[in-house]
Amino acid sequence: MTIESEAIQQHSDANGNLLLDVRDLKTYYPILGGVLRRRVGWVKAVDGVSFSIKSGETLGMVGESGCGKSTIGRTVVRLVDATGGKVMFEGRDILSLRGQELKRMRRNMQIIFQDPYASLNPRMPVGDIIGEGLMVHGMKSRKEREERVQYYLEVVGLRKEYVRRYPHEFSGGQRQRIGIARALALRPKLVVCDEPVSALDVSIQSQVLNLLSDLQKEFGLTYLFIAHDLSVVEYISDRVVVMYLGKVAEVADSERLYANPKHPYTQALLSAIPIPDPTVKKQRIVLHGDVPSPINPPSGCRFRTRCWLAQSICAEQEPQLRQVESGHWAACHFA
Amino acid sequence: MSTEISQHELMQETHNGRLLRVEGLRTYFKTMDGIVKAVDGVSFDMPEGSSLGIVGESGCGKSVTSLSIMRLVERPGWIAGGRIWFHDKDLLHLPEEQMRQIRGDDISMVFQEPMTSLNPVYTLGDQVAEVVRVHRKVSRKEAMNRAIELFKLVGIPSPERRIKDYPHNMSGGMRQRVMIAMALANDPDLLILDEPTTALDVTIQAQILELVKDLQQRVNTAVMLITHDLGVVTEMSDRIIVMYAGRVVEDGDVLSVLKDPLHPYTKGLLASIPSLGKKNQRLNVIAGAVPNPLRMPQGCKFAPRCPYVMDVCRNEEPELLTQGEHGERKVRCWLY
Repeated sequence: MTIESEAIQQHSDANGNLLLDVRDLKTYYPILGGVLRRRVGWVKAVDGVSFSIKSGETLGMVGESGCGKSTIGRTVVRLVDATGGKVMFEGRDILSLRGQELKRMRRNMQIIFQDPYASLNPRMPVGDIIGEGLMVHGMKSRKEREERVQYYLEVVGLRKEYVRRYPHEFSGGQRQRIGIARALALRPKLVVCDEPVSALDVSIQSQVLNLLSDLQKEFGLTYLFIAHDLSVVEYISDRVVVMYLGKVAEVADSERLYANPKHPYTQALLSAIPIPDPTVKKQRIVLHGDVPSPINPPSGCRFRTRCWLAQSICAEQEPQLRQVESGHWAACHFA
Repeated sequence: MSTEISQHELMQETHNGRLLRVEGLRTYFKTMDGIVKAVDGVSFDMPEGSSLGIVGESGCGKSVTSLSIMRLVERPGWIAGGRIWFHDKDLLHLPEEQMRQIRGDDISMVFQEPMTSLNPVYTLGDQVAEVVRVHRKVSRKEAMNRAIELFKLVGIPSPERRIKDYPHNMSGGMRQRVMIAMALANDPDLLILDEPTTALDVTIQAQILELVKDLQQRVNTAVMLITHDLGVVTEMSDRIIVMYAGRVVEDGDVLSVLKDPLHPYTKGLLASIPSLGKKNQRLNVIAGAVPNPLRMPQGCKFAPRCPYVMDVCRNEEPELLTQGEHGERKVRCWLY
C-alpha cells in the first residue's frame, strides 16, 4: 500500500463506514503489435489510484478524455480486469472473486452508461431489458419480475404500461430513465454513473439529475458519478476526485474544491468553463498543448508539460497525493 | 420563384452595412411519416463584422439554418421558402455554379466533428491549399505558402512540418485548428461555426474559443456561432438568437437576454443549467420534452411545456415582435 492510499484510508475511516475502498488501483490495456500480435507496450489508463466512498455518499470523478475515469468505473464493477491494486467493497477485495461469488457480488454494484442509444438492446422490450438482471439473479417467476419492473418504471418517472415497448419508441431522456431503472431493479448499494447526462440536452439533463438525487434519498444509494462536466459534478457530488492522465490530481469536498482549488490542473479546468453570465468577468487560464499519451507519460508530475508552475523538481520527482488542508488532498509540489 | 426584377427592387433596401439577412426561411424534410418542418419561418440580420450566437437544443433547427445559408441541405430536405440575402445577392436563387464560388470563399463553415470533416488520405497542407487554389489563381507553391501562413495564424506549432502530416497525426483540438485555418483561407466575410468545440475537452475548448476571439479581432470576419452551450455564446457573441422547434423565440444582445430573459423557454433553459457555486439548489426543470416535429402543437410551440401558458397560447402562434424602445430585442410570446 502506498503512503497516499494509507493516508486517504485513515482520513475516510474517521468519517463513517466505507462502502468502497479503492487502493492503488492499476488498469493497463495491452498494445499489440507485430506479425504475431505480441504485446509491445501498455496503455496505463489507470496508474495507481486510491479513493474511497462512504455509504450514502456521492463521489464525483472528473477529468478530460483519456484520464482514466471511465476505466476506473468499469474496473470497480468488474467489467474490465484490473492489473493491480485492491477494490474493497464492504471490506472484501472483489478483484479476487470468481464464479458464483463474483455473480453474487455483482448485484450490489450496477452501472448507468453514457449513451442511451447504444446501451439498450434495440430488439428487447423494455420489460426484458430491466428484468434480465432479475432473472439472472434468480427471480424465476415472470409475474414477480413484471411487478418489480413496473414498480421501477414508475420510480424513474415512466408509465408502467411501457413494459412492452421497444427502446426506439423513447426519447434520449426516457431511455436514460430506462437505463436507471435497469440499474436499480437489482437493489444495488453502489451505482456507478458513467457520464449519465452527457448525451442529453440541457433541459432533459436537469430532469435526470434531479431524478438521480431523489433516488439516492429514497433508496439510500451510493454513487460514483463520473463526468467531464465540472458544473454537473459539483452539483451532484459530496466529494470530488480530479483525475489527470491515470492519476489523482486532487480530492476535496465539492464546495471546497470549487471555492479553493489547489492543483494547477483543477484551477485551469475550472477557469476554462464558459459561464452563461455576462456579468462575471474572470481570468482564464489557457493551458498549452494537449494531454500527453498514457503510453509514455511524462516523468515526475504528469501535468508538468502543460503547467505554468513547473520547476525542475516536477520532472524529477512524482508529487504524492498529500493533505494540504483538512479533507483536501492535492498531488502537487507547490500546493 | 422570384424574378430578376424583384431581386433588384429589394437590393436597394437590403444592402446598407448588412452582411446577411435571412427572411422567413423555411427548410423542410420529407420523411416516411410526413413533412418535418425543421426550420419554419426564421428571420434575422447580421451586420458586417458582427458576432451572432444561435442557441437551442437538439432538433431546434439551428444547424439546418446554417446549412440552408450555405445551401448544403440535401435530399430528402429542401428549402421551401424565404430569402437569404448575402451582400446584394439572394443566395437561394443563385445558380449552383455561383453558389459554389461563394462557399469557402465569401462564406465558410467549420463543422462539429473534427474527426470526420478532414479527408484521411490527403496531407493537411494539401487540403488547405486546395481550398485556396479552388478560389484563387495561384501556383501550388504559393498555395502551400498560404497554408503555412494560415497554420501559423491558428497557432499550430512548426507549420512547415505540420502541413505534411495527415489528419490522424493530429489531436482533436489541432484538427479543429486546421478546419478553422481552412475556413479562413480566403478571408471570408462570414464564418459559420457549427458546434466547433462540442467534441473537445474543456481545456482544449478554451484554447479554440480564445483563438476564435483573437481571430475575430484580427481578421474582420463576421462570425455565426451555433451551439447548445449558453456559456460559450456568452463568451463569444455580441448577439444571441434562441431557437425552439424551428423558430426564433428570442433575439437580442447577449448581455440583456441573459440578464433578463423574456421568453419562458430562455428563462427555463438558463435556470436548468447547474452552475458552479449554486450547489444544493434543486435544478429548475422544463417539464416534458420537445414536441414531435410531425405533431407540432397548434399555437405556440412551447405552450405544452410553458409554466405561464394561457388559453391564447394553445390556439394561436405568437409572432416574433420587437420589445422595448430601442427595438433591440425581439421575443415570440403572448406575454409581451
